[in-house]
Amino acid sequence: MELLQLVIGGLANGCIYGLVALGFVLIYKASEGVNFAQGDMMMLGAFVALGFGNADQLGLPFGLAVILAMAVMFCVGWGVERLVVRQIFGQPQFALVILTIALGFVFRFVAGSIWGYTPLVLETPFAGRNLRAGGIVIGLADLVAIGATLGLTGALWLFFSHTRIGLAAQAASQNQMAAYIVGVPVMRINSLIWGLSGAVATVAGVLYATRGAIDPNIGLLGIKAFAAAVIGGMGSLPGALLGGLIIGVVEPIAGRYAPGELAQMSPYIIMLVVLVLRPGGLFSQMQMKKV
Amino acid sequence: MRVVFKTSYDRDIDLHKDGIHRARIAVLLAVMAALPFLVGTYYLAEATNTLIWALAGMGLMVAVGHTGQVSLGHAAFLAIGAYTDSALMEAGLPFVVSFPLAGLATGLFGALIAVPAVRMSGIYLAIATLAVFVIVEEMVILLEPVTGGVGGIMAPSISILGISFDRYGALQNFYWLVLTIVALVTWGYANLMRSPTGRSFLAVRDSEVSARALGINVTRTKALAFGLSSGVTGLAGALMGHYIGFFNYELFSIFISINLLLVVTIGGLGFIPGAFLGAILITGVPQLIAILRDGLNASIGLDLSTIPGLDTMIFSLILIGFIIFEPTGLYGRWLKIRAWVELFPLARRDMFRRQKSYLKTERMK
Repeated sequence: MELLQLVIGGLANGCIYGLVALGFVLIYKASEGVNFAQGDMMMLGAFVALGFGNADQLGLPFGLAVILAMAVMFCVGWGVERLVVRQIFGQPQFALVILTIALGFVFRFVAGSIWGYTPLVLETPFAGRNLRAGGIVIGLADLVAIGATLGLTGALWLFFSHTRIGLAAQAASQNQMAAYIVGVPVMRINSLIWGLSGAVATVAGVLYATRGAIDPNIGLLGIKAFAAAVIGGMGSLPGALLGGLIIGVVEPIAGRYAPGELAQMSPYIIMLVVLVLRPGGLFSQMQMKKV
Repeated sequence: MRVVFKTSYDRDIDLHKDGIHRARIAVLLAVMAALPFLVGTYYLAEATNTLIWALAGMGLMVAVGHTGQVSLGHAAFLAIGAYTDSALMEAGLPFVVSFPLAGLATGLFGALIAVPAVRMSGIYLAIATLAVFVIVEEMVILLEPVTGGVGGIMAPSISILGISFDRYGALQNFYWLVLTIVALVTWGYANLMRSPTGRSFLAVRDSEVSARALGINVTRTKALAFGLSSGVTGLAGALMGHYIGFFNYELFSIFISINLLLVVTIGGLGFIPGAFLGAILITGVPQLIAILRDGLNASIGLDLSTIPGLDTMIFSLILIGFIIFEPTGLYGRWLKIRAWVELFPLARRDMFRRQKSYLKTERMK
């Protein structure tokens, strides 16, 4: 019973990791850039939603606040690509790594100056409500997290497989040069993807906020989500979700049954093991180039 | 511009371009050695700090600047160096023995990590080092008998041949000790870069495929570079422990890793002087901000210290600015200015223009 309880809580947590990881993977697939500020975008998204939704701030209804926050963060992601990331197009990959780490600090500073560094609670319609079924207690927030993740993943899948823009994005991610040649606006697609990953990060942030208080440093969760993306194999959307779920489930179980600090380390240990055994992740996208 | 005619191969690979260059470095060393007589205790301590950062920066430069391996976990190597050195000294070994041993231990640890890590390309290595950093940080808290856990430990005071090199008791001696170590490492580093090993680092950085085709063992080269890099960083960590005096795991936070990356990126990737320029910037800017803050507070009553995180913010903006507008860093900018002066009035704006390139995919390895 206890194990089941842990697994359900872990799945909900894992969905949040998975969503942040999804943001990484979207950008990685589109431009092979790694956005180390993804965790901070999640944080900023949660705070923007809080700014729209909480009674002492703008006080809009919860659903509207989340949608507005997603729109705002879409613009933030778009703007970051348009104004900053595009400038360093063609520079080596680590330039973007360092750049996005710095951007993360900027986001943290912005959130800290507007909303302060003390933890705040996002007001949600389903806070603290629980369902009981056969001896286990399931938080409504957990169910919402799992449901929202499933819904969002489905929507993204439909977007990438059934819309013109989605197909163009797939083409650009497979071979940028060839995509240019057949007339795909690669630059604009990249901006769009950054915007999308901002919106996905917002959803993750809101889900995170429904399960506890938020402060500007929750962006550090991004590192764990990163581990999730690597476990799944950077560049695989289902892999990212799976990686997130693995980490989310293992963490509380390790915390319950394994000694001391092992729970804290478990995501990274899993990641290192995966990296050593399968350097490309579980769903590998790497190919050897023949010389 | 002075044209140097090179009449032999030895002349071509010489460390210094000409006598003037050699003399300049001698003058610089002399000024640095005389610094304790020129400035007060406060600035001497700052200079020591800058030198230690430069040493750590050189460590990272071997990996990032010269072999093209990004590491986000170099703070872990600083920590390992600091704790190993302190533990060995507590066990009764003199500094002369414990210090190189600390570097060696860190280097071995780094190489050990590198063997699986170098099979990963670019971004995966960065993430793996980040994971190693988190694990090392937790280990430091766990290994309480050695590291003092959360409470931290006191770095033992250094004494060689009966002369005290204590950071507080004899700052001048400590400064000279650090200066000697940094000078020796720099000399060794510069020489390494003109040896076959150093050249193979550059070859691996520029193109792994071509390096392999030229008969370079890429895996070995990368592991060696990473081991050297972590070893030098470990040395810097040991010195940093002695410089701070009392430290715990918080001294070696993820921000230190990022600051180190800042040092090498802003200084100029792939240039040894870049590590020094970056270190000067990273230790100098907080001082400047403090002076500015006091000045603003006194003159117009604007109290900046009420805004938390402003320092980090300014650092981040500087970093973003450099990556976008001057990817070659401070040293690259200096090279451009020098070329402009030397060629005046023939310098053209497009001389250093960056070539736009398409995305180089790393999915194909």
